[in-house]
Amino acid sequence: MITGRFFAAGADRRIAITIFILLAVAVIVPLLNLAISPASAFHIPSYMVALTGKYLCYALLALSLDLVWGYCGILSLGHGAFFALGGYAMGMYLMRQIGSRGVYGNPILPDFMVFLNYKELPWFWYGFDHFWFAGLMVLAVPGLLAFIFGWFAFRSRVTGVYLSIITQAMTYALLLAFFRNDMGFGGNNGLTDFKDILGFSVQADATRSALFAASAVMLALAVFVTWAIVGSKYGKLLMAVRDAESRTRFLGWRAENVKLFAFTVSAVMGGIAGALYVPQVGIINPGEFEPSNSIEVVIWAAVGGRGTIIGPIIGALLVNAGKSWFTGALPELWLFALGGLFVAVTLLLPKGIIGMWDDWRGNARALRAASLAEEARTAVGVASATSKPARSPARNPGEWSWSDPEPQAAE
Amino acid sequence: MSKSNTILYLDGVSVSFDGFRAINNLSLVLDRGEMRAIIGPNGAGKTTMMDIVTGKTRPDDGEVFFDGEVDLTSHDEAEIAMMGIGRKFQKPTVFESHSIEENLMLALKGPRSIFPALFHRKSAAEARRIDDIIGVIRLGDKRREVAANLSHGQKQWLEIGMLLAQDPKLLLVDEPVAGMTDAETEETARLLKEIARDHSVIVVEHDMRFVRELGVKVTCLHEGSVLSEGTLDFVSADERVVEVYLGR
Repeated sequence: MITGRFFAAGADRRIAITIFILLAVAVIVPLLNLAISPASAFHIPSYMVALTGKYLCYALLALSLDLVWGYCGILSLGHGAFFALGGYAMGMYLMRQIGSRGVYGNPILPDFMVFLNYKELPWFWYGFDHFWFAGLMVLAVPGLLAFIFGWFAFRSRVTGVYLSIITQAMTYALLLAFFRNDMGFGGNNGLTDFKDILGFSVQADATRSALFAASAVMLALAVFVTWAIVGSKYGKLLMAVRDAESRTRFLGWRAENVKLFAFTVSAVMGGIAGALYVPQVGIINPGEFEPSNSIEVVIWAAVGGRGTIIGPIIGALLVNAGKSWFTGALPELWLFALGGLFVAVTLLLPKGIIGMWDDWRGNARALRAASLAEEARTAVGVASATSKPARSPARNPGEWSWSDPEPQAAE
Repeated sequence: MSKSNTILYLDGVSVSFDGFRAINNLSLVLDRGEMRAIIGPNGAGKTTMMDIVTGKTRPDDGEVFFDGEVDLTSHDEAEIAMMGIGRKFQKPTVFESHSIEENLMLALKGPRSIFPALFHRKSAAEARRIDDIIGVIRLGDKRREVAANLSHGQKQWLEIGMLLAQDPKLLLVDEPVAGMTDAETEETARLLKEIARDHSVIVVEHDMRFVRELGVKVTCLHEGSVLSEGTLDFVSADERVVEVYLGR
C-alpha cells in the first residue's frame, strides 16, 4: 500500500530522486574506490570514502531530528545522546571482536577492563560478542531511553523551551556518567582499537566501502520511512500537534502518544546512525554526548530546511563539508563561522536552503512545496493537485490541448 | 432534580485559581437536544465553565454529569472528546498547514490510536461524510485550500465543521461570531440553528443581536454563578443583569 503510493505518478519526485541518488552512490563510490586504479582520475581515495561515509551518518542523524523538530515541533537538544548510545552498542560488539589480540591478550576482557582490574565481564557486556544482539541493542537502547524519557515528559505536558532544556540535561547526564571509569564503558577513553567487524578487518578498503554503502542504503531507507510516516494520516496528526496541540486533544487524540511514537522512532534512527558511524571513525568516547554536538545537529537541520525530508540531509552534508575544509584552512575560526551561519540562516533563510531554492524557483507549486505542509501531502492530494489542472482542459470538448487530434484554426 | 433526561448537569460547581473564585457554586442543566446561549460580562466564568466540562480544569467542588450518568470530573480531555463533547475555542483554532479536507479528516469520528492512523486509508464513507460537512459549512470551493489562507470567519466555520465531523452529542461553542462581519454573523446563526436540530449546543456569546437571532433560552453568568435564566427578553429586563452589564 505504501509502495503503491511511492510509485504512483504523483508521488513526490524529489523523494524518489534522493533515494535513487543514494542507492546509486552506494554502488558507484565503492566501485570507484576498489575497482579503479589509484593512478586514474576517477579513483576515489579511501580517506574520502570514510569521510563521506561519516557525513552520511550525520545526515541520518539530522533527518531523525527533523522528524521530531520539523514535523512535530519538539526541539530536542539531546539527539546526540541517541546517536552515541547506538555507537556504544556497536563499539561494545567491536571491542569483543578483538578477543585475545588486545595489548593484554585477555580473550574475554577488553583492554581497559584489564587495566582497571576488572575480574570478570560486567553483566551488561554479555551478548555483545554476537552481531545480532549488538544490532538489536543499537535499536533497543536509544528507543527505550526515548520511550521512557518521552513518556514522562509528554505526559507531564512539558513543551517548548523546557523540553529542550531537559533533553539537553539528559545528554549531559549521560556524558558525565560515561566519563566515569566504573561505568564499565571505558571512561574517558571510550572504546577504540577495533579490529574486525563480522570477520572483516575494519581497516580494509573493502570493509570501509561496504560500511559506506551500508550508510547510504540505510539513509535511503530512512528517507523512505520518514516520507511514509509524514505522508500518512498519522503524519498529518503529527503536524497538527505541532500547530495546535490543544485542538488535537479536544478532538480526542492523545497528543502525548503522538509525540512519543515520533520521538521513539527518531531515537532509533539516531541510534542506527551512531552504530554506522563508529566502525567508520574507529572510536566512540563520551565526547559524543557533548551537548554542543546535539546543538550542531539542530544547525544542520535548520541550514538545510526543517520540516522537509531533503533539507536536513543537504544541511548535514554541506555544513560538515564546510567544517572539514574550515578546520583544515582556518581552524580557530570554525566555531565563529558555525555560530554566524546559524544566526544568518535564522534571520535570512528561516526555511533553510530547500525553502530558499523553492522560493527562488518561484512558481506556485514550488512555493507550496516550501511550506511545511507540502512534504506530508498524500499521493491523493498531490496527484489531484498537480495533475488535474493539467489534464482536465483536454477532457472538455472543444477546448484546445496539445493532444487534441484536430488542430484549431489560428485567429 | 433528575439527571436522567439531561445531556449536561452541573450542580454546586466551584473552582478557584490562587484564591480567586472563577466559578462559584454554579448549577446549570441542559436538556437533551436543547440549544442554550450563555451571556455574561468578562470574567463571569464562561470559558472556565467550558474548561471544566471538557476536562481541562478539574473543579474543587460539585458534580458534573454528562448524558445523565457519566461523571466528567474523572476523565481527561481526550476521553471526554471521545464520549461526544466537542468544543470550539474562542480564538479559531484549526490546523493551519493542512487543507480543509485534511482538517476534517483528522476530526472525523473513528479510532484514535497511533497505528490505525499510520496505516489509515481514506474510505468512500469518510469521503462522503467530509463532502457532507463541507456542504454544511459552505466551504466547497476552498476544500483543498490550506487553512492558513482562510479568512477569520471561514476558520470559525471550519472549526465548527471539525466539531460536526467528531459527531458529538454536545457542542460547546465559545464566541463564534467575535470579529465577524454582519453577513458572516448571519451565516453563523444559520449554521448553528441547523446544527441544533440534531445536537445539544451551548453557545457563549457577547453579541446580543446574534443571541436574539438564535432565539433560545439564555443563561446570564456573573462572578461564577447564574444570575438570571430565561428568554432573552426576560433576562435583559432583569434589573440585576442590567446592573452588571452597565455597572453600578
